[in-house]
Amino acid sequence: MKLLFAYSFRNMLARRLTTVLTAGGMALVVFAFAAIVMLAEGIETTLVDSGSYANVVIIRKSANSEVQSGVGRREAAIVESQPEIAFGADGLPLVAKEMVVLINLRKRGSNSTSNVTIRGVSEASLTLRPQVRMLAGRMPRSGSAEIIVGRSIAERFQNAGLNETLTFARSTWTVVGIFDAGRTGFSSEIWGDANQFQQAFRRPAYSSVILRLQDPEGFAALKTRIESDPRLSLEAKREVAYYREQSEVMAKFLRILGTSLSIIFSIGAVVGAMITMYAAVANRTSEIGTLRAVGFQRSAILTAFLVESLLLGLAGGAGGLLLASGLQFFSVSTTNFQTFAELAFQFQLSPAIVLEGILFALLMGLAGGLLPAFRAARMNIVEALRAA
Amino acid sequence: MLFKLLIRNAFRHKLRAVLTVFGMAVAILAFGMLRTLVDAWYVGVSAAAANRLVVRNAISLTFFLPIAYAEKIKAVDGVAAVSHMTWFGGIYIDRKNFFANFAVEARTFPDLYPEYTLTEAEREAFVKDRKGCVVGRGLAERFGWGIGDTVTLQGTIFAGNWTFVVRGIYQGRDPNTDENQFFFHWDHLNERLAARYPRRANYVGIFLILIDDPDSAPIVAGRVDVLFKNSLAETLTETERAFQLGFVAMSEAILMAIRLVSLIIIAIIMAVVANTMIMSVRERMNEFAVLKTLGFGSGRLAGLILGEACVICAAGGALGIAATYPLLRLLSGYIGNIFPVLDVSPLTLKLAVAAVAAVAIVGAAFPIRRVISVKIVDALGRVA
Repeated sequence: MKLLFAYSFRNMLARRLTTVLTAGGMALVVFAFAAIVMLAEGIETTLVDSGSYANVVIIRKSANSEVQSGVGRREAAIVESQPEIAFGADGLPLVAKEMVVLINLRKRGSNSTSNVTIRGVSEASLTLRPQVRMLAGRMPRSGSAEIIVGRSIAERFQNAGLNETLTFARSTWTVVGIFDAGRTGFSSEIWGDANQFQQAFRRPAYSSVILRLQDPEGFAALKTRIESDPRLSLEAKREVAYYREQSEVMAKFLRILGTSLSIIFSIGAVVGAMITMYAAVANRTSEIGTLRAVGFQRSAILTAFLVESLLLGLAGGAGGLLLASGLQFFSVSTTNFQTFAELAFQFQLSPAIVLEGILFALLMGLAGGLLPAFRAARMNIVEALRAA
Repeated sequence: MLFKLLIRNAFRHKLRAVLTVFGMAVAILAFGMLRTLVDAWYVGVSAAAANRLVVRNAISLTFFLPIAYAEKIKAVDGVAAVSHMTWFGGIYIDRKNFFANFAVEARTFPDLYPEYTLTEAEREAFVKDRKGCVVGRGLAERFGWGIGDTVTLQGTIFAGNWTFVVRGIYQGRDPNTDENQFFFHWDHLNERLAARYPRRANYVGIFLILIDDPDSAPIVAGRVDVLFKNSLAETLTETERAFQLGFVAMSEAILMAIRLVSLIIIAIIMAVVANTMIMSVRERMNEFAVLKTLGFGSGRLAGLILGEACVICAAGGALGIAATYPLLRLLSGYIGNIFPVLDVSPLTLKLAVAAVAAVAIVGAAFPIRRVISVKIVDALGRVA
């Protein structure tokens, strides 16, 4: 068996250009597959990491996102008084009434506009989002027209750098700080004082109430109480679930696109592998005859050729994934269909994608090698020997 | 004579030639489909009329404009007609049934959008019924709606259940008109808002302006924006085309990814064709050596190989392009609600042909180099 394995491997080396071209074709398929699925994975991780399990988002019933939602001041006050809310180190409840709107800003470079999420925050907002760290500058003073921007926004949008000023909602806002929230959606947001924003945008209501639970398992009780309160038309969601919903449409769209494309593309690569393997069988007819004559079984011949095409697939898969892993250094930004807002994220390679990529490549090798391997195994010894 | 030789050579190894042609056909098919998908994204842009302007809140589309602006805009020099529409974002039964639904001004809307053709009776019935709605033909077919049927949408931006009666089914005047939209009375929306959330009443999403002279678009747009400068809701007026392009630009990164991926399939098939040509030439090295001995120059030999590659690629390419049309028709049955218009553009065709040529040239280049550089003695002594 070991001999056969070496035989297959040496055969691949013998016609190097053919091997490289065939494996290269499969590598490109795996690359295309991985690239698109990595985009989907990137969006998902970015949004899922934005949420914490112990946090709850409360928005208006049937609103898809914070932007669409509206929570009146009276409603917010009722939510604030719920007993499940945890207390911070300062003894105050960990609950933030936030206001989220979208504004158009121009991108650096391309000058095209995009919707950016503006979040009016309150005292507890920062404690509720431990992912957020200040990179430069300071926090905005409450009651002033000062804002802090996420790192992706500072990098990508005009006039959003430190100490620069942005003009929107009939006011001029000074960027006094830049914050980093790692790979979360908050890195693509602008934060300022909720009360200031309410005045500037003339919206006397909040968009959402975010709170931390004392006991993460107290969620069910809180949800039932809020949703059955006749004074409220609100809905409570765990923050993780809320953000996962926001990534659903885009991630699903990209996954379906990636999978269906790679299946179509793989037809091309499988054809390539088939051509290579048929040629490998044809060129080695007399060798096959000899092997059979010295006592190798049909099954051994079948295995040898299958191993060869699987090796081709493996080489292609590894090459494609190697290429794709380089994408991780790039970040992309696009509008999330669901929230209508700009979101920056990175290509994200996960063990599942690596596994799927390799499996996909092996499957292509198998599909390409199966028929030729059968032809090799079915050869008549005498005729095969005569073909030389 | 020469052509016959090329075909004979190309199909000497039948199975391999057929496989390569098939691979090529699939690649060109995939290329054409992807390009068409990208084009479909731009359908709003290509369907935009030159004499329509869109006025929106300068902050962003999620902010509304007071209805009172309509009268002021109407008085602006160069404006022929004004209407408005508001994105409703309602869900029909399930989120999966997504389609665009708008609250519009029933009387003026048909004047601004003559491409949505309604019969006179339908138009009148819609204007008369406050709870009426007008739906596109595609949408009506998808859900089996007929005139007089009731349709309930669940509001996402405007909470509650909203029931409408289908009063008209519009048809697209042009092939690129979107027949998957849903329009109803803004008055109906506004009444309910006024009763429940008075603060949100009397606002609209965007104003639509019909202008007399398409060339005056930038001037009229400037006049409108100046009018509302420093007001509570400043406006941003642009041509419908620019407005639609803004939407496309939002998914730039994804379009770029699809464009790049459409090149990858060409690269894949290049590798396959190059492999086929290398094998084909490798097996016939003896013949090429004989030709060389007879005095055939490098150019002739290169021509023979390139010609062979062209025969295979052209056959595959033609098959692929031919298959694109029926497949798109089949596909539009499934994704017609997201991409209402799927048509192969002339540019896509040209690019597909260019891709076929590129694959043939690159595929032939490897073996040509080998044939030209090989010594006759070596080639004659070589066993494939």
